[in-house]
Amino acid sequence: MIEFRAVTKRFEDGTIAVDELDLTVEAGTITVFVGPSGCGKTTSLRMVNRMIDPTSGTILVDGQDVSTVDPPTLRRGIGYVIQQAGLFPHRTVLDNVATVPLLSGWDRRKARTRAAELLEIVGLDPAFGKRYPAQLSGGQQQRVGVARALAADPPVLLMDEPFSAVDPVVREDLQNELLRLQAELDKTIVFVTHDIDEALKLGELVAVFRKGGHLAQYARPAELLSAPANDFVASFVGRDRGYRTLTFLHADVPVHPVTTAKLGERTTVSDWTLVVDDENRPRGWLSGVDGEVEVSEQDLISGGSLYDGTSLRGALDAALSSPSALGVVVDEAGAVTGVVKAGDVVEALAKARAAGEVPR
Amino acid sequence: MTWILENWERFWEVTAVHLRLSVVPVLAGFALAIPLGWWASRSPKARAVLFPLANVLFTIPSIALIVITPVLIGVRILDEINVIVPLVVYTVALMVRSVADALSAVPGHVTAAATAMGYRPLRRFLTVDFPLALPVTIAGLRVATVSNISMVSVGALVGLGGYGQLFTEGYQTDHTEKVLAGLIGTVVLAVLADGVLLLLGRVLTPWARVGR
Repeated sequence: MIEFRAVTKRFEDGTIAVDELDLTVEAGTITVFVGPSGCGKTTSLRMVNRMIDPTSGTILVDGQDVSTVDPPTLRRGIGYVIQQAGLFPHRTVLDNVATVPLLSGWDRRKARTRAAELLEIVGLDPAFGKRYPAQLSGGQQQRVGVARALAADPPVLLMDEPFSAVDPVVREDLQNELLRLQAELDKTIVFVTHDIDEALKLGELVAVFRKGGHLAQYARPAELLSAPANDFVASFVGRDRGYRTLTFLHADVPVHPVTTAKLGERTTVSDWTLVVDDENRPRGWLSGVDGEVEVSEQDLISGGSLYDGTSLRGALDAALSSPSALGVVVDEAGAVTGVVKAGDVVEALAKARAAGEVPR
Repeated sequence: MTWILENWERFWEVTAVHLRLSVVPVLAGFALAIPLGWWASRSPKARAVLFPLANVLFTIPSIALIVITPVLIGVRILDEINVIVPLVVYTVALMVRSVADALSAVPGHVTAAATAMGYRPLRRFLTVDFPLALPVTIAGLRVATVSNISMVSVGALVGLGGYGQLFTEGYQTDHTEKVLAGLIGTVVLAVLADGVLLLLGRVLTPWARVGR
């Protein structure tokens, strides 16, 4: 658990980066600090491991006042992932990951064994261990950055805009990976970002900061969207917040059967037919062909997003983005189980609202 | 060339002195430039004083500095210190900037990560900042070494050893071969020293040449 008690940071030039911050980060959760630049979110994060010392106020990590601990010792017990990974270019990936264990006095062999384990935990081939950071892609470097932060198994992990320098596709992979890791490791994570979508996706609790170091709202993502505390939060979480609220709703939507045909098969097509491969995974739609045809790749109309049963947002998006207006539903293996319709999603939403499941 | 072959022992002796008089100042000057360069890389005030001072020192003609050194530090005119001290001054003047630039070029996210991992300042400097500054630093060191090897010859004008002796003797006795021998020696030594540093740089910084 991390507690900020009346924490203020005033820089030498007089700017107030953080103003009387009172906030508790619960143990075992991902808490996201989000806000525009200059809102004090990074300063707040860096005060936890004393990269920056507060002007006044107290910060407690698991009940201990951090100002009473020698900074290097404190930092070795707190994982840190920095923007652009901050890997040491002159050390191999394995030695980068082994940094904190070596600083803490482990012998070299034990530290390297641990580092190799961590590469696997973050989803990297151990063969990468011998390479230098410059030989890795941005996404791979960031994974190494996470592995390095986890090396000494610290209970607390600080992440300072760790995924902001990678492209959107890689960023999504890294976010999913972090959620998967957290489900296994159960760390207390503070994650800083300026990206509200990233905050809503990763945070169990989200602290929205505004310029001048004020905490505008500290709440669960669904509550930020449905009940923003003020105009600043409302505008910061964005215009699509009604739609995005659906991300946090998990209601049952009826799944309808759908006509399917296998690639290469001869079949009679009427209306929209979903074409699947041998494992029953969706490949695309077939339409506007009369009579019996052989189903071939070039006739396919590519489909929309797939719905894997996670949230109403996924269901609605699948239906809206599908050329047939039917959202394809898949199971964990990616095989087709049926389709959903947009009208059903809206109906499910109305029911959930009537049942009081939609937060106000 | 014939002079070198016929006077092999003398040539070796002069080479050894020349090498000593140029390498010792490089090592001493480098050692002094590291803390000064570090200071300049951290403090704009230090930079504002050190860089102009280094420029001024570098413009003092070497002969003047060599002649005035015994007066300033009170040693005999024939002492090797008279060449070593001015060359240390030149090396420091040259290297302060190299070291400062090299340290400033180490990416901020790397040094911040090192601090956040729990490095103490001295260990961070020795094992992160300085190794990362090596490629640029060694480039500066090569310039300083070659320029020292060329300047040591001036020491002959105040009676000190090295290839410079061959120049003065050859000039006084109208012995062109001797002058030529000194010239060849200087050039070969400079090229060899430069090569050794280049190689040393490659061995010490294997990471600097890996591509994606």
